Amino acid sequence: MPAAWVAALIGLADDHLILGHRLSEWCGHAPMLEEDLAMPNIALDLIGQARGLYTYAGDLEGAGRDEDALAFGRLERAYRNLLICELPNGDFAHTMLRQFYFASFMQLFWQETESSTDATLAAIAAKAVKEAQYHRRHCAEWVIRLGDGTDESARRMAEAVTLLAPYTGEFFMADPEAGGAVAAGVLPDTKALQPAWQADIEQVFAAAKLVLRENVYAQKGGRRGLHTEAMGHLLAQLQFMQRSFPDMTW
Amino acid sequence: MYSQGLIGSGEQTTETPEILAAFQARIDADEKIEPNDPMPAAYRKTLIRQIGQHAHSEIVGMLPEGNWITRAPTLRRKVALLAKVQDEGGHGLYLYSAAETLGVSRKQMTEELVSGRAKYSSIFNYPTQTWADIGAIGWLVDGAAIMNQVPLCRCSYGPYARAMIRVCKEESFHQRQGYEIMLKLAEGSLAQKEMAQDALNRWWWPSLMMFGPPDGASEHSDQSTRWKIKRFTNDELRQKFVDATVPQAQRLGLSPPDPALAWNEAEGRYDYGEIDWDEFWAVVKGHGPLNKARVAARKKAWEDGAWVREAALAHAKKRAARQSVAIAAE
Repeated sequence: MPAAWVAALIGLADDHLILGHRLSEWCGHAPMLEEDLAMPNIALDLIGQARGLYTYAGDLEGAGRDEDALAFGRLERAYRNLLICELPNGDFAHTMLRQFYFASFMQLFWQETESSTDATLAAIAAKAVKEAQYHRRHCAEWVIRLGDGTDESARRMAEAVTLLAPYTGEFFMADPEAGGAVAAGVLPDTKALQPAWQADIEQVFAAAKLVLRENVYAQKGGRRGLHTEAMGHLLAQLQFMQRSFPDMTW
Repeated sequence: MYSQGLIGSGEQTTETPEILAAFQARIDADEKIEPNDPMPAAYRKTLIRQIGQHAHSEIVGMLPEGNWITRAPTLRRKVALLAKVQDEGGHGLYLYSAAETLGVSRKQMTEELVSGRAKYSSIFNYPTQTWADIGAIGWLVDGAAIMNQVPLCRCSYGPYARAMIRVCKEESFHQRQGYEIMLKLAEGSLAQKEMAQDALNRWWWPSLMMFGPPDGASEHSDQSTRWKIKRFTNDELRQKFVDATVPQAQRLGLSPPDPALAWNEAEGRYDYGEIDWDEFWAVVKGHGPLNKARVAARKKAWEDGAWVREAALAHAKKRAARQSVAIAAE
């Protein structure tokens, strides 16, 4: 795989690290003990996937950057994650709906990547697809429970649908750095995943008695390092040790 | 983690001498007491209190370590810490389940915790200020917890003893993980070594306090010992901990903050200085640096999550109702 495609891998890794970071913020503060276990579990999977992708990207790049140099050592404009991953958690409905959207998307993404022409990526995908399936199921169940639970939970889910609607379009926009990799069959064309994703969301929303919001103006920019104001604060925490104590071994 | 010498028990019991003698005979024969077995009311109450305090300690213990998940220095350390804090939550879950076998619900226990009435291990009322604190907690606090908990694997109450076997295995892993964090700091830069020594200075005495008040001042060790809930006294366990830990500190090139600490050749153990029991009791009574913040954080999670729990119940009821309608229609 050519080094020119490294940026696409870093973007994918950033999605997983940044969303894993957000999810890990719930640890110890969840609505019930079971979710205090489940959310860190999902975060662990996401950060584990990020590690595999960063390591592979660093190897391909050949500039001596390891997973930590990539995860902690860049400025905000160099992070390439989708905006939805960095949004503050909001309430439990917002967190679960976002996680459902992402897991549903990644399940489709990894399924396609299992047949990547790049053997390393295909191997990463084979493990990740199982994890994404589990995340999707867990989060879809919550979307249904909360959508069809009490008046309050239905109201909160509907609010989450509205708040997140501008951030789902970016899943399906072509990554400016990924064109070559898509053409070579290394990475999937995300635009082609949209109908299956939409069908999955509609099916869960029907069970959850939720209404999908359509034709919403889509926010974008994550893949070009154009972030929300929340991102800098997230990085201030994520990078705290590496910035305060550079070049040390932990 | 994380039990400390039981505080605030000493229940009275009202059974006849014959019943108590028959129960004691089972204990003396090393039989395990199981949930449906007859047991003295005071045995039940003592266990509910002890297991409840232990479960709360696991849950509150997630907070000081959770404080560093988003700031861990490397991805490897981050996933290890996240998994560790998750393990503590898992321990809380087994322990609440063990307590539930004695007839108290998790909801009741949680309400006691968030109201500030329930006790938990006082060590978690201290702040985690630096990354080295995560190493020190694993090494010292989990180390002290293991000293307390290994004997609990032989506790007379079956569900508690069995839960402790798994908990101890995981704690032992956490302790090694914490020590390895300290080792890396000790081998590192001057700033890292200073961070490690500072963490040892701050966590040493609170760790010794985890074993509870000195034997002379402990109100109810005797009954718990007769019932084989407790196998060693607080001071015996504390001594074991000091003897095991001082050589580990030496290996790191760190010094526990106790000028009186010295090897006693005649006794084959370390002598150590006077523990500040005023500080211990102040923290137990709610005046530690973070008692109020810890309870407030648990209370906030519980209250903010109420709508989620209500929705889950409401949804389950709706689903059950729909199923029974569907069955009736068949």
